[in-house]
Amino acid sequence: MRFVDEYRDAGKARVLAAEIAGRCEPGRRYTFMEVCGGHTHTIYKHGLEDHLPENVVLVHGPGCPVCVIPMGRVDDAIHIAAQPDVIMTSFGDMTRVPGGQGSFLDAKAAGADIRMVYSPLDALRIAQANPDRRVVFMAIGFETTAPSTAMTILRAAADGIRNFSVFCNHVMIIPAIKAILDSPDLRLDGFIGPGHVSAVIGCEPYEFIARDYGKPLVVAGFEPLDILQSVHMLLGLLASGRAEVANQYARVVPWQGNRTAMEAIRRVMRLRPHFEWRGLGFISQSALMLADEYAAFDAERIFELPGVRVADPKACQCGEVLKGVLRPWECKVFGTACTPETPIGTCMVSSEGACAAYYNFGRFSRDRVREATRA
Amino acid sequence: MCLGIPGELVGTDEEHADLALVDVSGVRRRINVGLLADEDLKAGDWVLVHVGFALSKISESEAQAVLDYLEGLGQAYDDELDALRQSDIR
Ligand code: SF4
Repeated sequence: MRFVDEYRDAGKARVLAAEIAGRCEPGRRYTFMEVCGGHTHTIYKHGLEDHLPENVVLVHGPGCPVCVIPMGRVDDAIHIAAQPDVIMTSFGDMTRVPGGQGSFLDAKAAGADIRMVYSPLDALRIAQANPDRRVVFMAIGFETTAPSTAMTILRAAADGIRNFSVFCNHVMIIPAIKAILDSPDLRLDGFIGPGHVSAVIGCEPYEFIARDYGKPLVVAGFEPLDILQSVHMLLGLLASGRAEVANQYARVVPWQGNRTAMEAIRRVMRLRPHFEWRGLGFISQSALMLADEYAAFDAERIFELPGVRVADPKACQCGEVLKGVLRPWECKVFGTACTPETPIGTCMVSSEGACAAYYNFGRFSRDRVREATRA
Repeated sequence: MCLGIPGELVGTDEEHADLALVDVSGVRRRINVGLLADEDLKAGDWVLVHVGFALSKISESEAQAVLDYLEGLGQAYDDELDALRQSDIR
């Protein structure tokens, strides 16, 4: 456990915090976005902001795949699930995600056969075990998860399984980061890059951020010290005027990523011309669909979908939270109308959503939440 | 679902070269190792498991660090392990 201590050590955290403070130019404000929901979780859980000087601000990005699913896609999935011969399968995280007409949980209560699975391969097993039913897998996730869906489809094709299909909602992190960089309401000084997505895509795809936008990005691990160290590295890069991509998490993330995983995506999937992200709107070439060769496994081509665009509820400010423009507690319904039990927006659903992380770890005591939400 | 969970390889699958038996926090399940085809995996190796697939090979010390982090997550980790317990990949 020595290693763990090394990444947790309070003494080390203090030393790093002091070095971070030493690297800040007086009077300058630094805003860094942590793209990944896993990082958001660590930051709130360990109160990392308390270790940072006041002029270093961490804002949360769009890196929670559940949080960015637009309501219309949930409705489409429920529409598929409502067909009498269909078994809809999905990760447990999807259960409560609200669509325009309720969530999977509601649809299940109304009689739809919706089952939670650990892996797309489990969905494939369900298809094999139920040859007279059509089994659909609701695929969500970034590049971390897309290879698993792709591999499952390759397996289904190899085994000639005909009653299995995928409702593909895989999204990609790079176009989302680009959309945020192009958005006028936010000034960022650098990024804490996602760890597990990078294990698949590697570090090279981030280089445009340094090259074209002049901002540094540090791929980071999930331990508290990993994140502090990444902030330290970002400040070092800024101080020496170097916009570069650096890898703090080399112990898991190879610079070139996982080639086999990328190849699986490339074989089975194609870029969508555009895809709607909850709160962020349409982003071109930001999501994946199945390639024509695998049309037989594409739920979007098998089923007639309503495909209705549903506007987010008026009260919901997830878009601002996902872009890092608003902090979770600044949303008007945070902690009052919107809680993990009764989420209005998606950021409150997954434990990696910024609002849920904030709510669960009570960085604010409930009193302060009340105060903050009243203001 | 975004969690990558460390697991220790404890055996191979006779019938499927791309499956391996992996011990994740005491839960033993078959996991697909096809994404690490280049890694020459053997029993005793640690991998980061994500939705039924081994995503990267990691050191034992890193595995311990990640496990410690996950245990600190509480509910989210318990849910993930529960989901894994239901898993029956073949
Ligand atoms: S509090 Fe709820 S509605 Fe507001 S941003 Fe967070 S998840 Fe969205």
